[in-house]
Amino acid sequence: MDTNNATKYMNPYLAGFLLGLIMLAAYYFTGEGLGASGAFKRYEIAVLEKIAPAYVESNHFFGAHIAAKENILENRLVYMVLGVFFGGFISGAVSGRLTFKVEHSPKITKKTRVIAAIVGGILFGYGSQMGRGCTSGSGLSGMASLSLAGFIALFAIFGSGYLFAYFFRKLWI
Amino acid sequence: MGPLTDIGVLNSNWELLIALVLGIGFGYVLEAAGFSTSRKLAGVFYGYDFVVWRVFFTAALTAMVGLMYFSYLDWIDLSLIYVNKTFLGSAIAGGVIMGLGFIIGGFCPGTSVCAVAIGKLDGLIFLGGVFIGIFLFGATFPLIEEFYTSGALGSILVYDVLGISAGMFVFILILFAIVSFYLTARIQRKAKPVRY
Repeated sequence: MDTNNATKYMNPYLAGFLLGLIMLAAYYFTGEGLGASGAFKRYEIAVLEKIAPAYVESNHFFGAHIAAKENILENRLVYMVLGVFFGGFISGAVSGRLTFKVEHSPKITKKTRVIAAIVGGILFGYGSQMGRGCTSGSGLSGMASLSLAGFIALFAIFGSGYLFAYFFRKLWI
Repeated sequence: MGPLTDIGVLNSNWELLIALVLGIGFGYVLEAAGFSTSRKLAGVFYGYDFVVWRVFFTAALTAMVGLMYFSYLDWIDLSLIYVNKTFLGSAIAGGVIMGLGFIIGGFCPGTSVCAVAIGKLDGLIFLGGVFIGIFLFGATFPLIEEFYTSGALGSILVYDVLGISAGMFVFILILFAIVSFYLTARIQRKAKPVRY
């Protein structure tokens, strides 16, 4: 399947099956699926609370968690994303993929890739909050729980990607 | 019968530890499948690599079918699991913005963490962008608060909207997945290969 590429990846259907079992375990143990963007919001609120507490408390979006008097980092998504980092590192280490690099298509410069990565990140960060979750929480887990929201997220994210793919093809092919 | 934390078998400290362990599995599988490289992820939009579609859809179906069997065997009470609430306007707008971010940046938040874990600096920059984006959302929240909560339909289920049973819906989805796996494999064979 990936014979033209140097590094060996897991069979995608096996990977999907294993990921599905992990998600099933998440529902069985905690009643919720997988997620990522919720954790980033919490990391961010925790930092903002240290440097600009007045702003956080006055902001309707960030302040909602402070008002609820909860410990912002005592949350399952915060720990899950920490786990994603360790899990990714372990897999990269056993497969010999640990290297510091800016990966980009040979047709674009490193600078172009860096700009695209930050712009894409900003959009994804913004969209994930508007959509109440990213590809994992809103899309994948939303689909697994058969919520309408999950299928809307799937169509909107992938549909938009295909819609705009033509305009950004130079970045990738 | 599950979910274990909801019925009080496990307290919240256990929940955090379990989340950490599940996260390790999640990150391991994502990285092993190649989700730590943006060029592989972007392949789904240009037809040269459909790994995202295969992993994503297989995972969703596995969990869906698993939950149905767990419910059938009385191992889990599906009325206790979290079902994402639907807000039509913000779900569509947020998804469209995320799709644009995906095609420009080449990652989603979870996959960028895997990329950072193996030393991808473009992943780190993307992640920095995510934090900026979240900050900007908070900063512009007063302007869009009304839109954010518009079209509220609650925790509604997709098969109820379609007026069919859960079993029928998942069965149709499995058939759709098999056809899509076959067709995307054909598209991928014809696409110009990309080395990365």
